[in-house]
Amino acid sequence: MEWFLANTGMILERGGQHLVLALVPMVLGLLISIPLAQLARQSRALRSVVLTASSLLYTIPSLALFIILPTILGTRILDPLNVVVALTIYAVALLVRAALDAFDSVDADVSQAAQAMGFKPVARFLQVDLPLSLPVMFAGLRVVSVSNISLVSVAALLGVGNLGMLFTDGLQRDFVTEVVVGIVAILVLALLMDSVLVLLERILTPWERTGPRRGRGSEDDHMEPAGAASRATSTAGEAA
Amino acid sequence: MSSVFSATFAWLADPLHWSGSMGIPTRLAEHLQYTGLVMLIATAIAVPVGLFVGHTGRGRVAVVALAGALRALPTLGLLILFVLLAGIGLMPPVWALVILTVPPLLAGTYAGISSVDRNVVDAARAVGMTELQVLFRAELPNALTVMFGGFRTGVLQVIATVSVVAYINLGGLGRYLFDGLVLSDFPQMLGGSLLIAALAIAVDLVLSLFQRLFLAPGASKLSDRSQEAAVDLTDPVVAETVVQGGKS
Repeated sequence: MEWFLANTGMILERGGQHLVLALVPMVLGLLISIPLAQLARQSRALRSVVLTASSLLYTIPSLALFIILPTILGTRILDPLNVVVALTIYAVALLVRAALDAFDSVDADVSQAAQAMGFKPVARFLQVDLPLSLPVMFAGLRVVSVSNISLVSVAALLGVGNLGMLFTDGLQRDFVTEVVVGIVAILVLALLMDSVLVLLERILTPWERTGPRRGRGSEDDHMEPAGAASRATSTAGEAA
Repeated sequence: MSSVFSATFAWLADPLHWSGSMGIPTRLAEHLQYTGLVMLIATAIAVPVGLFVGHTGRGRVAVVALAGALRALPTLGLLILFVLLAGIGLMPPVWALVILTVPPLLAGTYAGISSVDRNVVDAARAVGMTELQVLFRAELPNALTVMFGGFRTGVLQVIATVSVVAYINLGGLGRYLFDGLVLSDFPQMLGGSLLIAALAIAVDLVLSLFQRLFLAPGASKLSDRSQEAAVDLTDPVVAETVVQGGKS
């Protein structure tokens, strides 16, 4: 505790670095994966290419990727850019799948009704499909947020500044307190990000709280792919 | 840039690096041994608990909360904490890895069992199966594909994390990264990284082949979508398994 109080400034600074390294890839990943998922929905072949490529990239361990990327990007090994690019790759790999599932979870009838009412494709996507896909999208984002925050600390092994430094430093100095503070700080950061995402989801999907709950019958849940959407609606409260 | 690549390939091709106690085959064997040991212990813990929770629905909330909290634990921090508290040696990092591997396995088992069509379960009960028979003859066979998904995620996570274990003076392919870092020997680091990436991809391919051949010879003909449709994707723990999460 004393050590924590004496080093609050340093911990906050590392926490800030940590947050940036986790947050930027998440936002970039989201911005890349939504159009990519839309593209992948154009054909079955494209879809399987995108899914295979993303799962292949996701398979590469982070520590290895942190070291391979500088050679490809021409950066130095200590450059935080490597971490950002690596985590963006992982975020895209996860979010493309999530976005595909999310768009599939939108009831086709709703989408067609919107078209019948005269929505142009872009407007329909932005005003109907995208909002309705948010619950599944947010589940993906929450996975990415937690996994990013944990992964950033691995970069400390190579000397990139973040909360993971408390671990490497703690090991060198044989100082348990520092390691424990680091673990707690990262858990707090993960919890904070998760709460922000949950809050954001609530604000963006007001109908999830007030709307009538669909999909009580279990039969149609299992019959059609869109069943995921009705289940999503019925259990969203629990997940949050 | 090209000189780094040629130096790396020279490092990889050097016969000196393919023999002896620091050679690539030895490091590879160590890597696989740690992975196997961790998976063995983690499976022995996670699968029975997951089966129980999935079948009875009891403790669902606790498992979901626990898996979520454990997932947020930083791998590196936990490894170092265990080493500082329990000392250098094989077992402290292994236990840390077990703690990290249980959540995806547990989530996979639980998601698998709860994704089984309730009609199938009810039918099994209706034809007079006991609860144990329902679990092992109806739920488990139908859940295997999703469960194996969790297992695959777990194996890849462990392979990735074992590379970090080298930082605390154990073997495995990660040694090349940290030995290289200390010596500023970039070709050795890059060579080691490529070996780790290749190992992860190869193991994933073998596991997916296994899954196709033995676990669901019929299911691979169906589209993936129809299987995932029954899974609740807004549950982050379930989403993690289906969306393929758990990463180090």
